[in-house]
Amino acid sequence: MNAPAVPTFALIGNPNVGKSTLFNSLTGLNVRTGNYPGVTIDITVGTWTIGGHPVQILDLPGTYSLAPQSPDEQVVYDLLAATLPAAPALTGIIAVVDAGNLQRNLYLVSQLLELHRPVIIALNQIDQAVRRGIAIDLSTLSQQLGVPVVPMQAHRGIGRDALATAARQIIAAPHAPPEPVLAWPEAVADALTARLAADQRLTRSAAIRAIVDHDKPAALLPDGTTSFAALEAGVRYGWARALLSHTVSQAAHVDTTRDRWDALFTHPVWGSLTFIAVMLLVFQALYTGAAPLMEWIDGGVGAFGQWIGGLLPDGMLRSLVVDGIIGGVGSVVIFLPQIMLLFACIAILEDCGYMARSAFLMDRIFSRVGLSGKSFIPLLSSYACAIPGVMATRTIEHRRDRLATIAVAPLMSCSARLPVYVLFIGAFIPAHTVWGVFNQQGLLLAALYSVGLFVAIPVVWLLKRTSLCGATPPFVMELPAYKWPAPRVVLARVLDRARDFLAQAGTIICAISIVIWALAYFPHSPAITKEFDSQRVRTLDANFPPEQFALIDRLEAAALLEDSYLGRMGHWIAPAVEPLGWDWRIGMATIASFPAREVIVAVLGTTFQVGSDADEHSASLIDHLRAATWPDGTPLFTIPTALSIMIFFALCCQCAATLVAIRRETQSWNWALFTFGYMTALAYLAALLTYQIGSRI
Amino acid sequence: MHYTTTLDGCTPGTTGTVRAVAGDSAVAQRLLALGLVADTPFRVVRFAPLGDPIEIDVLGTRISLRAAEAALVHITLDAAL
Repeated sequence: MNAPAVPTFALIGNPNVGKSTLFNSLTGLNVRTGNYPGVTIDITVGTWTIGGHPVQILDLPGTYSLAPQSPDEQVVYDLLAATLPAAPALTGIIAVVDAGNLQRNLYLVSQLLELHRPVIIALNQIDQAVRRGIAIDLSTLSQQLGVPVVPMQAHRGIGRDALATAARQIIAAPHAPPEPVLAWPEAVADALTARLAADQRLTRSAAIRAIVDHDKPAALLPDGTTSFAALEAGVRYGWARALLSHTVSQAAHVDTTRDRWDALFTHPVWGSLTFIAVMLLVFQALYTGAAPLMEWIDGGVGAFGQWIGGLLPDGMLRSLVVDGIIGGVGSVVIFLPQIMLLFACIAILEDCGYMARSAFLMDRIFSRVGLSGKSFIPLLSSYACAIPGVMATRTIEHRRDRLATIAVAPLMSCSARLPVYVLFIGAFIPAHTVWGVFNQQGLLLAALYSVGLFVAIPVVWLLKRTSLCGATPPFVMELPAYKWPAPRVVLARVLDRARDFLAQAGTIICAISIVIWALAYFPHSPAITKEFDSQRVRTLDANFPPEQFALIDRLEAAALLEDSYLGRMGHWIAPAVEPLGWDWRIGMATIASFPAREVIVAVLGTTFQVGSDADEHSASLIDHLRAATWPDGTPLFTIPTALSIMIFFALCCQCAATLVAIRRETQSWNWALFTFGYMTALAYLAALLTYQIGSRI
Repeated sequence: MHYTTTLDGCTPGTTGTVRAVAGDSAVAQRLLALGLVADTPFRVVRFAPLGDPIEIDVLGTRISLRAAEAALVHITLDAAL
């Protein structure tokens, strides 16, 4: 075990007590994610500066009890009990306690006090408690517990100095607190004494765990007690009640404000309407907030590319830097405003307490599928962009549920698919009116948006019966009091995510962009360029208008692309995509868009000699697509072909950034590869069926 | 004499006292840690619009749990409603 060079405190407490606010208030943006083997959840590590000296703080996940019920919780317990080799030795534990819910919070505190480690109690949200008529005798409480009790309001920074003083005292003179005297029945008390006597180094906490794990606890139970867990809970709450009877008094107070909000948010009609309104607000904010920023970034990236391009001589290097690196990374970075804004919205909804209500509303529907209401917001967010949606699955405690949600999040039709839909629907689906009211184009768009959702249901069902099978996880969730989200906490979280995302973009996505660029550039046959150059000379001589040169440029680009390795790959898979109604050009464009689906529009633009800056609204691209034919002259883009392309894009995970986010959330590539694999297979099958059936109708 | 009803049968507005939580599954342990121990008063606040889950008030905390989970909690009701 390492002796800490830097004093280290663990921050622990129930969920919803303001632990993150306190952590953020102590450490600011000075945080990083700790990596401990065996842990799939994040343990953030931050630096708190007390009087010029750094102190390390580990932000442990919120929990109601230390008794480990999952591998993650086991690791957290080991960290606290100092039996985790990779973790730093703890100087002390800061227990964040909600002053308004002391009885429940003391359950965890009673367990912490048995770890034989210095403890400070940060009694947070003290203002709320006072407002509710709760009076706490702090000095008696501190004296009876034997540890410092620091009243705090973390969101206002009140109490930080007192906390720092208590921490300094512990660093200077560490001493273990007295253990709480619990009223165990005689049989259990005897067993504990025996274990503690046999091994001097054992903490009381470890002794209790040992009895649960190794002895036959059922034999020790008095009559009428259903389980050791029930006994332990009864004993600890009994201790807490006795302690609070001396130190806390509560004036009768009825909290009507939260009940009024709850009545609105969970009302069958008003609740659903409010929910739709909130979601519309979020999507609207994304549109008005993110869109101008994205345009700005797009312009900036383009200008930067041009500037660099001007500095480099014509040729491979320039193409690599401008098209490959800047173009490739730029096409991902352009989504940053959307991702940050969406994540900010999710963080705000979670902090203010609304997220729990939405999970409460939707749980019945989700439990039928095998998930819980907590999957709702992550999946809904994925309709804008799967990256924040995947990141938002951190609120899903249960690992199997989280994995299942992550696996289907990319099926939700994200905003990057829209250009593909717009292009093909606009070009090939006539704008008829159906049933007198509905526009055929609009209906198809709605259908494409729903396809992912309907496919997700059997996928989750199947996953939960095969690789993710297991007992239905408990859905016992606290509905916290409403509160104003702390802007600093939200900002810190959003910046943290953005930093992560940019780091990934700068590395993995850059690498993938270069690979795709190389495939589309090489071999860049001199024979082809020479042929087009001689055409240019002839054009010059014959005095054709300048547009002719632009046309020659586009023809050359198309020829080079067909000859490139990417083009050859397109030809190579042509037999495999023919049953889908695709030719080699569509196949090639699809391969090129595996890292980022919206790339297909530009690639189609180049292939069909319209220019790579064509977008989904470009009339000349639409005209060229309509005119495209197979070698035998039949039209290439029939309605079944267009439908099969759209459905492929609807179901395929063509987004390297999402796969990278999945890898980050699951801490391994396995799940990302699995998601990519099953979605590609589904997309292929669906496109196949669509074309085969569609072309026979 | 023990009057064992379980929590899932209660309608909104019901108040009572917890008697026991059956078993020591993960659900049971979570419920116990949240304060659903013997002699603790509780109140059923509401059902979700689709009938499930249930929201209850225990020790000043609002907790949501599914009917299947509430069935583990044995209770005594307060004066007849």
